[in-house]
Amino acid sequence: MNKLKNTLLNDSFNRAYSSVFSILIGLLFGLIILMISNSDQAVDGFVIILKGGFSTGAKGMGQVLYFATPLILTGLSVGFAFKTGLFNIGAAGQFIMGAFAAVYIGVKWTFLPAPWHWIVALIGAAVVGGLWALIPGLLKAYLNVHEVIATIMMNYIGMYLANYLVKLTVYDSKKALSMNVAETAVLPKGGLDQVFFNHIGTTKDMSTVNGGIWIAILIAIVIYIILNKTTFGYELKACGYNPHASKYAGINDKRNIVLSMVIAGMLAGLGGGLLYLAGANGRHIKVVDVLAAEGFNGIPVALLGLSNPIGIIFSAIFISYITQGGNYLQTLNFVPEVIDIIIACIIYFSAFALIFRNILPRFIKFRKEKKAAKAEEQMETTTAAEVEVEAQVKEEGSDKE
Amino acid sequence: MEYIIEMLHITKEFPGIVANDDITLQLKKGEIHALLGENGAGKSTLMSVLFGLYQPEKGVIKKNGQEVKINNPNDANALGIGMVHQHFKLVHNFTVLQNIILGVETTKHGMLKMEAAREKVIALSSRYGLMVDPDALIEDITVGMQQRVEILKMLYRDNEILIFDEPTAVLTPQEIEELMKIMKSLTEEGKSILFITHKLNEIKAVADRCTVLRKGKYIGTISVDDTSKEEMSEMMVGRKISFAVEKSPCQAEGINFEVRNLTVSSRHSTKKAVNNVSFKVKKGEILCIAGIDGNGQSELVYALTGLMPIESGQILLGGVDITKTSVRKRNMAGMSHIPEDRHKDGLVLDYNLTENLMLKKYFTPEFHKNGFIKFDVANQYAERLIKEFDIRSGQGAKTTVRSMSGGNQQKAIVAREIDMNPDILIAVQPTRGLDVGAIEYIHQQLVEQRDCDKAVLLISLELDEVMNVSDRILVIYEGEIVGDLNPAEITVQELGLYMAGSKRSEVTV
Repeated sequence: MNKLKNTLLNDSFNRAYSSVFSILIGLLFGLIILMISNSDQAVDGFVIILKGGFSTGAKGMGQVLYFATPLILTGLSVGFAFKTGLFNIGAAGQFIMGAFAAVYIGVKWTFLPAPWHWIVALIGAAVVGGLWALIPGLLKAYLNVHEVIATIMMNYIGMYLANYLVKLTVYDSKKALSMNVAETAVLPKGGLDQVFFNHIGTTKDMSTVNGGIWIAILIAIVIYIILNKTTFGYELKACGYNPHASKYAGINDKRNIVLSMVIAGMLAGLGGGLLYLAGANGRHIKVVDVLAAEGFNGIPVALLGLSNPIGIIFSAIFISYITQGGNYLQTLNFVPEVIDIIIACIIYFSAFALIFRNILPRFIKFRKEKKAAKAEEQMETTTAAEVEVEAQVKEEGSDKE
Repeated sequence: MEYIIEMLHITKEFPGIVANDDITLQLKKGEIHALLGENGAGKSTLMSVLFGLYQPEKGVIKKNGQEVKINNPNDANALGIGMVHQHFKLVHNFTVLQNIILGVETTKHGMLKMEAAREKVIALSSRYGLMVDPDALIEDITVGMQQRVEILKMLYRDNEILIFDEPTAVLTPQEIEELMKIMKSLTEEGKSILFITHKLNEIKAVADRCTVLRKGKYIGTISVDDTSKEEMSEMMVGRKISFAVEKSPCQAEGINFEVRNLTVSSRHSTKKAVNNVSFKVKKGEILCIAGIDGNGQSELVYALTGLMPIESGQILLGGVDITKTSVRKRNMAGMSHIPEDRHKDGLVLDYNLTENLMLKKYFTPEFHKNGFIKFDVANQYAERLIKEFDIRSGQGAKTTVRSMSGGNQQKAIVAREIDMNPDILIAVQPTRGLDVGAIEYIHQQLVEQRDCDKAVLLISLELDEVMNVSDRILVIYEGEIVGDLNPAEITVQELGLYMAGSKRSEVTV
């Protein structure tokens, strides 16, 4: 038992553990909302959510990975900025601008041969996403405009501009969507078409998943290496932790703010490219006045993954999994809006529950202390309210230290 | 003799460290009891236990012989325990009176009743000779006055046991004397005082008894009159300490660092923070800039190190004009800087010791290859500095700096800056908040730098430090140099007059 407690107090274990624990709380909360909205089918609905992508077999899992791909990238975008002390709330705008660039190149630049076409399209997506974040980066570094405000503005500008440009250049008015990208611009399957399909009679019902997920994982690893192994990452994190000390050490903090925002924007833009370069049965840009959900979902992805690039891969897949599960709720009597609410609650409550990361070890330690005290002096029992006060006071005390 | 407060056999553990190990502290009614110990000796922890911020694992607290349980600061307050924190807890745009009654306002039908409170404050103020104007705004009064407001806060709440946490750190010599008088008058009126400090002179001046802690352990309680300073310091650090800084005569020659007509504008007002300042630091010389806090020292240092733009003037290092170069270039050209605020400027607290020690070197070829940090080299480097400079921490090079004690954090900065092998070392209050052992060590390091023919620019508020360490003293007052003095030929009182701006001499550069 003691051994177990020590493991729980161990830091790195505690990190992963707290994320899992948060998810469980999020799910529990989802169950409660299911109960409220439709108590007859709540348990069935909950099972469907838990089954997630598996509800429709291998194809479903393929879809989970397909929709996890942009989430990994926007999660990395937010997480990377977090690590460097910036809150990039503008992943949505960067994402949609990147998506437009990728689709535009995919549709128009048909002169490019096969591998180069999608590669150029992805690069275009990253560059445009980066440019979209450059503006808030410059504003922050040189005019001290807070990045949250600047990136929110850029979200709306990006959304309307992308809508306008899609309509102007690559619009399929019959479907009211962006056009299909050229075959040469579709991301290769990367071997995943061998796994993620369902049999319908003799034909294969293919999933949309493609090599994009490999690219996303690769990028996550690259970001991990940049942050933890290079002088560049060392500088960026130093600026994030303590901008004054960084300046004192001779680090060019303004340059780092700009670079950090640009890289975050490139990641989000690339996410847009990876999602939309997916052939006829993949996603197309809808011309609607709604900010891209993938951008905002990057925030809970980053939080759940604790801004760790490797953790972000898993948290993105989890959120995609739950979202897919939510889609299948429509087979029951759940209104689509309620489904959105349920899924959003699970996602955000999971992220919110991360405070357990700090509270849990303290609680275990407190229990230990209390037990010792009891054994020794047979003190009066402490009520739950006192526990809370104590935790609070302790926090204050340690702050003072 | 009955004790008003007893802390018996207090043990308080934190993960990996026993902060208080079986400590006993007994405070008599009407005495000034000093609590002496190095940084990390457990003084703050012990006081936090008394103030209800921590719960001890073992031990009991008794008041007037009765066992009491202190769960939080409100309990402490109810028992008549008050504390003047090192950093005052005052609302700056409130008046003195408003600050004093904050939290214990007397109201009638939800409306403030200030008159009774004002009378009580005025009465207390005159009774203890505090002379505080109840209607002055906190931001308009001096630090010394602010401290008196803190004292009044305790008195207003009828506290009988007053804890002073390093109260003299922020005061001028004259203000310190005043404070000592106030403390004595408080005990004459029956208050009991716990006085946390590591300044032996002050203990000698006011305290009746003294309890010494070392590394979380109780060393002993002594009568101040019967014990010499040397004995006390030996109890505190566990070995003999020399107070006088040992150093050979200054052998300075050749100019190493020069400042010409430097002017820096102030962020807060139209007045110049640094006004037309010129000086030279020779090789093998410790030049000290003395002055009361807030007379332009911070701005001067920020300007010299490139952290703040200057209005006009020139800075030369080894004859080369570095006025317009970046911080990084100044560092590489041989300027090291031990900053005033180690948490704000000196350290990335969430980085570990290795990462902090390489903060000014990570970009050199020794530490990276094609942009990848050589962590093995960095760790070896950190291990070497840890050994050489005796930096102590829980988990060695892997320790997060935030969890280290102030003294060891400062040692880490000193290690990093001195290992840069600088031509000019700018040390700003390098011993602030440190204990005798660490102070001695850092002074030795400064003198050693000087003896290696380096130039050292010391900015200090501590008179002892100014007098003992420096070879030459410049006094700064309201952004101007008002005196160029030789520490061997001047008394502390005279220096105090220069610092207060009531005396100035022609300064020849």
